[in-house]
Formats: sequence, C-alpha cells, structure tokens
Amino acid sequence: MKINEKIAIEHGLKKEEFNKIRELLKRVPNITELGIFSAMWNEHCSYKSSRFHLKKMHTKGKRVIQGPGENAGVIDIDDEDAIVFKIESHNHPSFIEPYQGAATGVGGIMRDVFTMGARPIANINSIHFGSPQHKKTRNLLRGVVQGIGGYGNCIGVPTIAGQTCFDESYNGNILVNAMTLGLVNKNNIFYSKAAGIGKPVIYVGSKTGRDGIHGASMASAIFDEKIEEKKPTVQVGDPFTEKLLMEACLELMSDKSIISIQDMGAAGLTSSSVEMASKGKLGIELNLNKVPCREEKMTPYEIMLSESQERMLIILENGKEEKAKKIFDKWNLDFAVIGKTTESKKIEIFFDEKKVVDIPINFLAENAPIYDRKWKKTKLPQKIKFNDDDLKKLKITEVLKKVLSNPNICDKECIWQQYDHTVMGDTIQKPGGDSGVVRVHGTNKAVAASVDSSAVYCYAHPLTGGKQIVCESWRNLISVGAKPLAITNCLNFGNPENERNMGEFVECVQGISEASKYLDFPVVSGNVSFYNETKNKGIKPTPSIGGVGLIKNYKKMVTMDLKKVDNLVIVIGKTEGHLDQSIFARSILSEKKGPPPEINLFNEKNNGETILKLIEERLIESAHDISLGGIIIALARMCIKGNKGVKLNKLKSLINKFQYFFGEDQGRYIIEITKDNLKKVKEILNNNSVHYDELAIVVEKDIIIDEEPILSVDELMLSNKKWLKEYMVQ
Amino acid sequence: MKSSVIIFPGSNCDRDMDVALKKFGFKNQMVWHNDPNLPKSDLIILPGGFSYGDYLRCGGIAAKSKIIKSVVDFANSGGLVVGVCNGFQILIETGLLPGALLRNKYLEFICKNVFIKINNSENKYFKNIKKNILKLHIAHNEGNYFCSPDELKFIEDNNQIAVNYCNKNGDISEEDNPNGSIDNIAGIFNKSKNILGMMPHPERMIDSYLSGEDGSIFFENLIGNLK
Repeated sequence: MKINEKIAIEHGLKKEEFNKIRELLKRVPNITELGIFSAMWNEHCSYKSSRFHLKKMHTKGKRVIQGPGENAGVIDIDDEDAIVFKIESHNHPSFIEPYQGAATGVGGIMRDVFTMGARPIANINSIHFGSPQHKKTRNLLRGVVQGIGGYGNCIGVPTIAGQTCFDESYNGNILVNAMTLGLVNKNNIFYSKAAGIGKPVIYVGSKTGRDGIHGASMASAIFDEKIEEKKPTVQVGDPFTEKLLMEACLELMSDKSIISIQDMGAAGLTSSSVEMASKGKLGIELNLNKVPCREEKMTPYEIMLSESQERMLIILENGKEEKAKKIFDKWNLDFAVIGKTTESKKIEIFFDEKKVVDIPINFLAENAPIYDRKWKKTKLPQKIKFNDDDLKKLKITEVLKKVLSNPNICDKECIWQQYDHTVMGDTIQKPGGDSGVVRVHGTNKAVAASVDSSAVYCYAHPLTGGKQIVCESWRNLISVGAKPLAITNCLNFGNPENERNMGEFVECVQGISEASKYLDFPVVSGNVSFYNETKNKGIKPTPSIGGVGLIKNYKKMVTMDLKKVDNLVIVIGKTEGHLDQSIFARSILSEKKGPPPEINLFNEKNNGETILKLIEERLIESAHDISLGGIIIALARMCIKGNKGVKLNKLKSLINKFQYFFGEDQGRYIIEITKDNLKKVKEILNNNSVHYDELAIVVEKDIIIDEEPILSVDELMLSNKKWLKEYMVQ
Repeated sequence: MKSSVIIFPGSNCDRDMDVALKKFGFKNQMVWHNDPNLPKSDLIILPGGFSYGDYLRCGGIAAKSKIIKSVVDFANSGGLVVGVCNGFQILIETGLLPGALLRNKYLEFICKNVFIKINNSENKYFKNIKKNILKLHIAHNEGNYFCSPDELKFIEDNNQIAVNYCNKNGDISEEDNPNGSIDNIAGIFNKSKNILGMMPHPERMIDSYLSGEDGSIFFENLIGNLK
C-alpha cells in the first residue's frame, strides 16, 4: 500500500505532521511505521498540547521519590515504605462501552502501579455523567459502576473512595477516572528505563488480539453521531488474568532479575517498547513472529497497535530467562522472548524475516510535535446581588430537603456498596467519608486518599477552580487526620484546538500549580484527557485531583459521624456567605452566574495545619470539611452518619440565614469536641489566629434552628438516600 | 492447632484468612492448588475470591482442581472444612454441600455489613459461642442460596442450616435478606456438620478499627472448641 496524506489524516495525523514524518525519515513511511507514528504522536501519548504547560506544575518535595514521567508517582511514607499512585482517564471508551471501558480503566491503572513493584492496596474513582434525565445516563452509570466493581472486586483490591457527579455538559462525554495506590519497599522500586545492550526483551501476560487497535487515537478524537461504530476499538478486560499477572510480576520482582518493566497500556507494544528504549537512550529490536497472538494472520501493523489488555514488556538481565519463565508458567501466563536491546537507538522490527520498521527512537519521542496552542483568559465574573426578599420567601426545611437529595449531594451508598471496599482487611474508613483510609499492613501507619473535582467552579473561573480543587483535596485528607503529602491529577478538558477550552486548561493548571506549591502538596503523576467533545459541545473543564496523606498512628484517625450528645460543634474558618456558583444558587434559585468562592491559601494552610494539631492532641471527636452545600449540608451529613441531631446556637452573624447556611466559602471545617476540651481548643485556635464560630450542640435526633426542630435525623437520611436508590433501580 | 488455606488462581481473601487464623492462634500454612497433597491439618479453609476468574460458574473450575480430591477425602473422613464466599461456592460445586448459589436477587455485587443468627450450635463451629447474633461482612455477586423444596426439607430435617441473615435483634425476615436466599440462608453444614459453607467473611471483622470485630468471636470460639 502506498502511503499518502489521505491515509495519514485517517490515522489522526495533521497534514503538517505527516510532512514532518517524511522530512525526518527522508522517505515515505510504510503502513506499520505510519501506524506507529500516529500512535506515538497522538494527543493521548505525546501530550503535544499540554506538555508545554505541564512543565509549570509543582512536582518536587521532600517526600517525592518519583515525580511525573514514570508509570506512576512515588512518595516516601517513612520507614522502608513508599506509596506508588496515579490517576488515569478512560473517558472515551467508557462512553462507547461503559462496562468494558470502565473495567479496563481500572485494570490499566492497577498495572501502572504494580509495574513499579508495588502491591495495589486501594482503588479510587471519579466518575461524571450527564444530566440524570438524559436518556443515556442511567445505563451509562450502571454499566460504569458494574465495570469498576467487576474488575476491582475480582482482583481483590478494595475500592475505598470516590465521587459521582452529574452535569448536562457530560451528556455526550462521560468521565471515568480511576486511581490506584500501591505499597512498595522504597529500596525495591522498578522503573521503565531500559539499560544495557543485548538484554532480552520479554513479553508476558495475555495473548495479543485485534481488540483496541487505535484506542489511543480514538481517545484523542472528538465524537460525532457515528461514535457507536468505534465499539471495536474498546478493549475487553480480563481481571482474572490481571490478578495472575500481578502475582507473577510481584514474585519475579522479589529478586534482581528485572532491569526495567513497562505495562502495555495505550498504544500497546508500540508505546511500551519505544518508551523503554527512549528513556534508556537505547535501541530495541523486536521479532513479531515471537509475539503470542490470539488470532490468526495478524499483521505487524495490528500487533504493534493492538491494545489487548493484561500484557507487560520486561527487560531482563541475561541468563534470567529460565527462572522468570518458570514463574510465569506457574501462573499459566504466556512468556516469550521477543527481542533485545541494541546500540542502534532505533526501533527495528522484523516479521517473516523481513525488516518492517526502522525508525530512530527520538523521532517518535523527543521529536514528537509540541504545540503552544492559542488560548483565551477567562475573566472573573461579576458578583451576583441576591435579592433578600426572594430569599425570605424560602422555607429552610424544604430547601434543605431539596439540596440533600440533589444528585450531586445525595448519598452514594448504593454505588459504593457494589465495590468490595473491605478486602485485604485494612480498610479503616469506608467510602462515604471525607477520605478512604487503609492501614499500611502490619504497621501503625495508615494512608488516606480522596478524589475531588469542581467543574462548576472551574467553568466559572478556571484559575480559582484549579486552586479550589487542590484545597478541597487537602481538606478531605486533613479531616480524617492525615498529613497531606502529594497529589495526582487527571485533567479532563474539551478540544484544545478551541481557544476557550485551551484557556480553561492553561488556567486550571496554573491554579493547581499555585495551590500545590503553596501547600507543599506536589503533583507526582497524572494524565491529560482532551477532546471530551461531541458535536462541538465540550465538557466543563474537569480536573480531578487525587490526594494522598499519611496518618502516622491510625488509632488517631478521625471520622465525620457525630459521637455524643452534649458535645459542642464548632465551625473553623470564616463564613462570608458566598452563594455565587453554590449548589443553593444553582439548584434553588436557578442562578448559574457569578464567580466561584475565593481561595485564600494562607487560611487554607493555617486552618488545616491547626486542625491537624488538634487531632494530634486528641481534642477532636469528629471532623468534616465544608464544601458543596455549605455549613448546613456538612452538618446534616455528620448527623446522618452519627444518627444524632444538633441544636444550633442563635446566629450572631449579620448575613442572611441562607447565605450563612448554604454559602460555599472555602477553607472551612466543622469539628465536634467535648465540653471539657473547649478551653484548650479555643486556646490553640486563638494562638494560631484561626477564626472559629461556636455553632451548635449535639442532641438526640433533631436539627433545631431558633429553638424549633425543623427535621429529624431520619428525615434527613431519607432525603439524602432516596433519590439515587430509586434512580438506580428504575 | 494446624490450619491450611488453599490458594486457587484468583483467590483473593487468602492473605486475610491467613492473618485472621494466625491472630487467633492457629498455625496456618498456605497450600497451592496444584500441590498433590494436603499437609496435616486440623482445619482446611477455602478462602474467598474469584477462583479461575469464576468464568464458567462460580467455583466450578476450582471444584475440579488437583488439590480438591484431597480436600474431599479429608472432609469425608470427618475433617473440618470451612468455605467462605467463593469457598462456599466451591464446596457446593464439589457436591460436599447441597443446593446452589445463584446471582444476587438485584443482580448487583453487594459489599456491606449484615447480621447473622446462628441456627445450630451443636457442632465444632458454634458450640459455646458467646453471642448468638453476629455482625459480619458480605461481599459477593452470587450468594443467593437456592435448593429444591425436597432438598430444603432434607436440610431442615437434618438441622443443616448454619446461619441465617437477620436484623440486629435476630429477627429473620425478607427485609434483612441481602441477596434473595431461600429462608435467609447465609450458611449451611453437611449432614454430619464437619463441613461449613457461608457467604459472610469473618476474617474481615477481626479488630475494632475495621467495620467490627464479631469475626473474632467466630475464630476464638472455633479454636477453643478444637483444643
């Protein structure tokens, strides 16, 4: 087949990019080579629109062992232990085939983690769907949830936290972001950088089939009405094989046989072999006749571009092949020597004794295009003047019930009950809290993790939104008593060729970077998903931030459930009553304009660190951060979890009741303390110049405002749980 | 007391079970499915997980694995065998226990705390147990116990129902049946009560920082009865 511009464009390459390939090679590529270029140069693998801006991320810190650029980030959690973690998107495939798309998303991120020598100890996910009324939403939600569960439950890794959001901007593009944490001995971490010449290149895991060919290119394209035709590009997951692969890899890793290892994720054998060679500044030679294939007559093009799951590429020390093979035989997995490392600095591929690919590695990696795309700044919207008279007409009881049952606030128990969250026997905080917490097996330490996004804020003002999510992640970790250590981010955006979308990306990144730097909360891994757009309609900018924190003594962990009648409830941080972009303004007043709440990084840091001091001194009985829905929603959750009520003190604040209760000012927490500790707590808060308000006292079962019981905890629970339960079974 | 936990490819509660058994004083060893012989044991445990991916039918392939023959011999000679979750499914597939475990009634995987009531304590597992109602944890997709009316009568006549799902007061009703099991059956014995299969995971509830510690009661009682 003669390769021309038309074929190149069908492969997702731009005209200029095809010309560049011809210039670099000084010839026209053959079809396999074109396939390899298109896989390596697409957005998903090359980060060509984002790399320029990602450089600005704050990625260094005392605890960072490995930052972005590897299979996953690694942080030090004292002693010999380190946590390997990363979040990754699987948006496009999940929209086309929700079960398999989500399942293989979970499988892929777990492979990234155990590839580094870590045993996965927790899974987390962030999923976004279109409006609940949209005809596709219910089935997509069900399929994705079952896919996540189907994969993670089978492997036996607990799913300890997550978030599920709904917004009409995801009607045509859902988001499925999966995150995994693994535990590794910090002296035994494995990397993808190849080293040494003439070392055997080993293929292990499942056989290669025709599934997922061009998956990475599909993930770099916008959707149109013909999207259903792309179903064959979605990979099919086999969690059982992944479990075997994980056990076999971890067994092989217990000695020094492996030089480098890389999972075959997006763009399969192509990206794994090129990345290993590129990082090691070596060449690589492969014989595709040696690759275990599931189907007959597969061509080199298909073998190189297949995204069949559960496969790994390993570079071994010479002479270790026999020993390694024995381990993979034990686990019933394919094991094949398919090539070797070379001095050539080229990727050379043979098939039927003919050389079918001959490309210098740097053409695929360093010479891949990089764009500083045009982007537009988003102005801070004007503040909305809310009409006091309108607010006065509202009844607090009705509003509270309505907000509690809002799809973005309501209880998600019937989702996370489908995920095994207790296997491995170390889950000490289940989903539904501020963060999930698992113990570091056999120690006093525990690791907390949460995932957050705030697309509404990011859409209104990306710079503020970017900062806000980092702060929210920080608060979620603080609230369980964990010291926040590092984050991973999954940057889900629309079409980068559109200036507004690109601007959203640039400014969110800037916001994330500023906040993570100020809070010493570095980014150690992540991924970018662009082109979340259907028929010219893009999603709201949705960076998801996965935060990880350390609890040195797990017995000091804090939960959000109210503990005891007569205890005192205190709000930490100042309440100004910011209603713009709040769930109250949007869902009760239908007011969607205005700026998101301001971020004051000094207060965030100071308030958070002070809470940690209080927890360290064991002065806090329960804690919860205030986020979506404001004080009253945070308080309602604490009541529901603890099956208690609260009697609120008379409001001293001069602002309107609705602003006070539903305002979404940042940097705030609610804590519960005993009466005996009040003096001590106040002293510490005052010494650290932390603003606080005494809010309420814990009572048996009602929420009492102005001496009047407005709702019982049972009614709160019903409002909070009913909607999703009914929605899921319809 | 010596115990053995069998590991099948795809087992994933093997370590949790090992941790629990050791915590309560068992000398536990792990046995690979391909081993020809069982080590000398006072108790054999088939752990939870997805043996062989559960691709054929839950527990179907594991029931034909190499080690299973020794397990069946051990059980038939009166040895104590416990199957938890996937282990229960395997015991059913081997024919050591009657009935079948179907997909959960609402066709969803369920992971949550449940209460179970001990129905028969005249056996090595529950004799002298200090609480009759235990809070344990379930995590399964196929735990909906089913059998024919004749089988059910046989099971009941022989007092083979081990535990039922119930509420915290021990009342057994459809409301507290998480998966659609007949008569809220959560676990059963064989006729001579040396084999126990149950869906709830006692090994996940062994200290107060987890979802609960009623699993400890099960293990403490069991080792006490074996001594």
